[in-house]
Amino acid sequence: MITIRYGHRQFEPGPQESVLECLERGGVAIPSSCRSGSCQTCLMKATAGEPPTASQQGLKDSLKLGNHFLACICHPTESLEVALPQEAQGVTPATVKQLQLLNDDIMQVALECHDPIEYRPGQFINLFRDPGLGRSYSIASVPGADDHLQLHVRRLPNGRVSGWIHDELRTGQTVEVRGPAGDCFYVPGRPDQPLLLIGTGSGLAPLYGIIRDALLRGHSGPIRLFHGSRHRGGLYLTGELLELTRQYSNFDYVPCISGDDLPHGHAAGRAEAVALQEVSNLKGWRVFLCGHPEMVRTATKKAFLAGASMKEIYADAFNVNQAA
Amino acid sequence: MSEKQSMAAWWESRNKSLYDRLGGEGAVDAAVDIFYRKVLADERINRFFEGVDVQKQAAKQKAFLTFAFGGPNNYTGTDMRTAHARLVQAGLDDSHFDAVMEHLGATMQELNVPGDLIAEAAAIAESTRKDVLGR
Ligand SMILES: Cc1cc2nc3c(=O)[nH]c(=O)nc-3n(C[C@H](O)[C@H](O)[C@H](O)COP(=O)(O)OP(=O)(O)OC[C@H]3O[C@@H](n4cnc5c(N)ncnc54)[C@H](O)[C@@H]3O)c2cc1C
Ligand code: HEM
Repeated sequence: MITIRYGHRQFEPGPQESVLECLERGGVAIPSSCRSGSCQTCLMKATAGEPPTASQQGLKDSLKLGNHFLACICHPTESLEVALPQEAQGVTPATVKQLQLLNDDIMQVALECHDPIEYRPGQFINLFRDPGLGRSYSIASVPGADDHLQLHVRRLPNGRVSGWIHDELRTGQTVEVRGPAGDCFYVPGRPDQPLLLIGTGSGLAPLYGIIRDALLRGHSGPIRLFHGSRHRGGLYLTGELLELTRQYSNFDYVPCISGDDLPHGHAAGRAEAVALQEVSNLKGWRVFLCGHPEMVRTATKKAFLAGASMKEIYADAFNVNQAA
Repeated sequence: MSEKQSMAAWWESRNKSLYDRLGGEGAVDAAVDIFYRKVLADERINRFFEGVDVQKQAAKQKAFLTFAFGGPNNYTGTDMRTAHARLVQAGLDDSHFDAVMEHLGATMQELNVPGDLIAEAAAIAESTRKDVLGR
């Protein structure tokens, strides 16, 4: 007998019933819209059991790998434990192993999770200051290559969590984290595909993880990074990135400055404008966009109009005050 | 091919839905990027598509194409009215509707879809004109 477990409750789908219909019949409210497998509003995740391939139509590869599925077209062939995407993980304690300023505003936080979590560089975790106050931070580290989970936290004026991380958090302290989540990461399989990565501010965090992940997995196509800030002091990890360009001939790094004061060796303008000027035809490219929501929004559109397929655009807008 | 087989193939192709004859979800996936790129680049109508989230908008374009291709959906005329009511308030009229029809046809042509199938899809989309324009 096939069952569907959601939270602490268990349901039995009727012969023709989808997971969505079955949960709704049981009184569970799941967001949905087209109910025909197109709009992806009813995205869920199987935390145990494999959802049928047909229920993953149109999903990005990274979501498929994470056992996400569309509840409205999911007719399970085995028992499943399901959750809404944001509920899929529990909270685990983590010890702060290192705190290091990467520039005036950005703190690198290295965490050791008590229950090691499986993550892909570029995903994000939610870090909690207290049980009711958590924020998303993207993962810059690469499992295997780095000992700890690494985050880059930018200080925002009066930021409740970022300010606390900068001013109060100490090495050795224990924090709670949940995750990982997000589908902005490198999916292996097409090693010669060109990759374009655009980030502003701490948007470099996921990109730094993704780039090293791709390089370590032997990605051989061009990997082009454009990192932008208003002024030079907003850039960081420049030495490490330049070192990577020396080590890997297919990797290329362009620091971009949108303010007036242009130091030598930097491109003038916003990162997405500089990038789209240098790579004007994105047909066949995979694109990663992270950081300021306005940049991510404009760049998604520009990259798409420049020929990138929508499914090949991986974006994380660092929307402030969202994951509270 | 024997005559019986070709009759069977003919019968099958006549009675398969437009969606299946076009190639189902694969056809929609192939069309959605091309179609949405045309829409976003068209100064006459792109202001209606200035969504906050381009990716979500792309999912809606997919819903549109699935509908026009005769694919599985549960949209009613009322749904079409509701979905576009905000746009009608913002000035959506026949000229915009015609522009969308134009891009639908051009997208299918670009994918080398035979003319009779393009006409069928166009007829499905055209049938929603009153509802989409809230008349
Ligand atoms: C998917 C995702 C991934 C993220 N990854 C990262 C990451 O890797 N690194 C990182 O640093 N952040 C990241 N963020 C943002 C992060 O989650 C927090 O929103 C951020 O740290 C602010 O939280 P806070 O509690 O410090 O500030 P809050 O207490 O929530 O608010 C701070 C105040 O700052 C104001 N403010 C908002 N934006 C700005 C701005 N640009 N400049 C000045 N003031 C502003 C707000 O109005 C508010 O009053 C990510 C967000 C998302 C959604
Ligand atoms: C040709 C006939 C048309 C059909 C069959 C159609 C179909 C659809 C469908 C199925 C949706 C998704 C609704 C949902 O589930 O949310 C949608 C949304 C939308 N349509 Fe159309 N559409 C048509 C014409 C147009 C025209 C002419 C425009 C504007 C020029 C337009 C602009 C939009 C926009 C902007 C949305 C998103 C609305 C929102 O996000 O709130 N459509 N349409």
